[in-house]
Amino acid sequence: MSAEPDGPEDRLRRFATIWSRAVFPVTSTSSTRPEFEEQLLPLAGRLSDALRARTFDADEGRAVGAALVTAHCTDPEALSRSLDCVDAYLVLYCGGSGDQQDLRVRASRLQHAMAAGFAQALRERTLAEQEAISAAALKAQGVVAQALHATEARFRAVFEGAAIGIGIADLEGNILQVNGALQRMFGLSEQAMRSRNVMEWTHPEDAPQTWRLYDELVCGEREHYHVEKAFSRPDGTVLWTNLTVSLLRDADGNPQYQLALMEDTTERRLLNLRLRYEATHDALTGLPNRTFFFERLEKALGAGQGQRFGLCYLDLDGFKTINDSLGHAAGDRLLVEVADRLQSCTTAPGEMVARLGGDEFVALTTGPETEREVDELAARIMNALVAPISVDGRELTVRGSIGIVEGPAGERSPAEVLRSADITMYRAKSAGGNRFELADPEADARAITRHGLTTALPTALDRGEFFIEYQPLVHLGDGSVRGAEALVRWLHPQHGVLGPDRFIPLAEHTGLIVPLGRWVLEQSVRQARDWRERHADAGPLRINVNLSPCQLTHPGLVQDTVDILERTGIEPDALCLEVTESALIGADDDLLKPLRRLAEMGVDIALDDFGTGYSNLANLRRLPVSILKLDRSFTQSMQQFPADPVDLKIVEGIVSLAHSLNLTVTVEGVETGAQAEQLRILGCDTAQGWYYARPGPPDRLHELALVDATG
Amino acid sequence: MERPAWAPRSIDISVPSVSRIYDYYLGGSHNFEVDREAARKAMEFLPGLPKIMQANRAVMRRAVRFAVDEGITQFLDIGSGIPTFGNVHEVAQEASPGAHVVYVDHDPVAVAHSQAVLAGNDAADVVAADLRKPQEILASPQVQRLIDLNRPVALLLVAVLHFVEDADDPYGAVAELRDALAPGSLLVLTHASYEGIPLPPERAEGTVAVYKDIRNPLIMRSREEIARFFEGYDMVEPGLVPMAAWRPDTAPEDEDPHAFSGFAGVGRTA
Repeated sequence: MSAEPDGPEDRLRRFATIWSRAVFPVTSTSSTRPEFEEQLLPLAGRLSDALRARTFDADEGRAVGAALVTAHCTDPEALSRSLDCVDAYLVLYCGGSGDQQDLRVRASRLQHAMAAGFAQALRERTLAEQEAISAAALKAQGVVAQALHATEARFRAVFEGAAIGIGIADLEGNILQVNGALQRMFGLSEQAMRSRNVMEWTHPEDAPQTWRLYDELVCGEREHYHVEKAFSRPDGTVLWTNLTVSLLRDADGNPQYQLALMEDTTERRLLNLRLRYEATHDALTGLPNRTFFFERLEKALGAGQGQRFGLCYLDLDGFKTINDSLGHAAGDRLLVEVADRLQSCTTAPGEMVARLGGDEFVALTTGPETEREVDELAARIMNALVAPISVDGRELTVRGSIGIVEGPAGERSPAEVLRSADITMYRAKSAGGNRFELADPEADARAITRHGLTTALPTALDRGEFFIEYQPLVHLGDGSVRGAEALVRWLHPQHGVLGPDRFIPLAEHTGLIVPLGRWVLEQSVRQARDWRERHADAGPLRINVNLSPCQLTHPGLVQDTVDILERTGIEPDALCLEVTESALIGADDDLLKPLRRLAEMGVDIALDDFGTGYSNLANLRRLPVSILKLDRSFTQSMQQFPADPVDLKIVEGIVSLAHSLNLTVTVEGVETGAQAEQLRILGCDTAQGWYYARPGPPDRLHELALVDATG
Repeated sequence: MERPAWAPRSIDISVPSVSRIYDYYLGGSHNFEVDREAARKAMEFLPGLPKIMQANRAVMRRAVRFAVDEGITQFLDIGSGIPTFGNVHEVAQEASPGAHVVYVDHDPVAVAHSQAVLAGNDAADVVAADLRKPQEILASPQVQRLIDLNRPVALLLVAVLHFVEDADDPYGAVAELRDALAPGSLLVLTHASYEGIPLPPERAEGTVAVYKDIRNPLIMRSREEIARFFEGYDMVEPGLVPMAAWRPDTAPEDEDPHAFSGFAGVGRTA
């Protein structure tokens, strides 16, 4: 700017410079001081003009005051300094040659107006800015609220729509909010739920730790816990839940709320219970089944010091007969009634009854007093069976045999206990049934051996543990060896040689008798062939083989025998099959048919152990039998001298009868020469016994036959 | 719908805001009593705070003009706060009509106010975002609309990095932004520091404590630490210097001594 030195413009510029230097330090402008001076220069001009105007207008002062605010001189100090400048320099630099007194008055009035204008402008600016910032704050809150609203709406939808029950409570347990799923689970309205306290929701089935976990959580010692918990619904039903409770903390980490998430597991639980029930209960009687019983027995046997157990193993006597004669449906109804009666016998705590299968039941009692209690329990059971059971209009009398095992916990396994009970029950049954017996270790041991033999039998045949001994059959007339009886033996790896009385009944029971019998027959027939080949001169030797009742009814008997004879290439008359008298008692034609066919082929049939059963002499006629073997009980009585004349008469009569029916008579158990002589006199045909030879290997018979031939 | 009792409120004007405190220092009335109270407390320790803020504004103004002189017409101002006067868009659009300006702040009130101020200005806009999440800034529709990242940009980080704690990795954020800029872009940065304050350090510490109290810690960094923000930039003359010493328009002796507090610098991407 070019101005005439000390001319009006120059003087105005100097005023503006002074002004800007005074005010600049207290402004907030981001302009530089020279820039700020440029802003003040027009204001200075206006003041200058107003000072010297023909007509004075103080409003110019107001405008300048307002303009200061616009130039960001908002600090009151800026006004103060501006007024100081105007007061000191305006008239001096801009007054010109006017009346000094008048100029001073005008300058003063301009200052008043500037102050008013500044104040007004500052007030307006302040209000405007306050309004602007409040509007901004409101708007921002609106934006945030909207965003929050959207988020909240989403969360609310999740909360409300969740299939899982959600509830929020404060740390005192007051319920603040619940979602729809939770209301439906509890069957309560939101209002009703919100008036409740979490701690009211105790339930008898609460696990012991449930409320301890709760306390820890509300104290802030635990962040969350998970339990299975039951709740009572207002309708009295039970709600089962998988419950997860979490602690919610505020921004400073202080515990604030508890959040519960609940899954309704009632149905699943019921299903589980039902499945568990079905897996552990007998479908027919509803009693606990074998699985359940074993669990309980195991628990009872695992109980601590001083605890005992008592077990009654019940098997109904003659149930098979009822089943066979009245049918399974009737049998089932009988079992249901028995089950009901047994159930009523075991009502005390620690007692239970279970059905193991078929007509086998067990009752268990536990505690420290079972020594006495188990006897009472058995007596109650026997008593419960006394009254006849009505099935299909028939009054059936049911009896049972009970094996009792009682003892301290912690000594035996469930299987051992049950086996002992089983054995004892059989003992009761063999003693005639309708009774109970107490387990006896010695009887157990015997039975356990029998049990062991039974299980070892099948492999024994495969392993070749059986062998055959032969006992000669001697002709009483001339003392010659006419044949031998084949007697099977078992060379048991642990028990040594076992006689047929030890294992044949077991083999009968398990059905192994059929393959075993076939094996014996085959071996014996081969042996007979060997003898015939080697000692053709010694006469036609015959082999006697025993047939068990089971073999007798086996449909393959005839075919097997024929096959073996043919394979061996030997005549049927080299074979005699021995059948016990008891096996043929009441035999009908069907049973006799295979024997008849064998007899027709030429196989001899001997009636073994004759005289032990209820011998039906009249029946002898229709049996396809050619030999009678008198039981050893007849010969035993002849060991003393003189022999009992009655016995002698009986034997004589039998022999006479036999001969008249064209039967030959063999006697067993001959032990002395006197016996042999007596029997010869009575007319017996052949004999066997220790007097001649004990059963032995086939070679011994060979020797015996040679002796006989040479002697 | 009823607001759940546990839902947090996210705008709380009862909590002081650094943007509004800044406005108060600059003589504005875009503030509330809580802000003024905090500002007054801070000023008890450092009465020259308004001068420091003024120096910030002044150096920013000089730097924007420098950028316009360099041919830059796009400005990204992060941590812009409450627009009072002498804002980037005013300075830039005065020097280069039509220059594009995008303001960024994480204070929703500052953003709302900026929207009001910028209403009708098509070349300027504001983004509610956080310096600590540069990708959100760069991906915002406003930046997409107004800033062409293939051309040089002036990135302004004026009086903002000293509010980002090391735990939030300010260096990483600055580097991420740098990597998004075209060659020839400028970084305009000012930062608080104990260095240059014309008072004993314990006075400045009093101010730092006030900011800590309002949960907006003020992180004072050394010149060396501030210089590390310019990694990958070539420093523009005169380098990283006290604010008033950066390309001053007037003789430094005219400046208030507080204007030499903290540092200012401009860097250029290669």
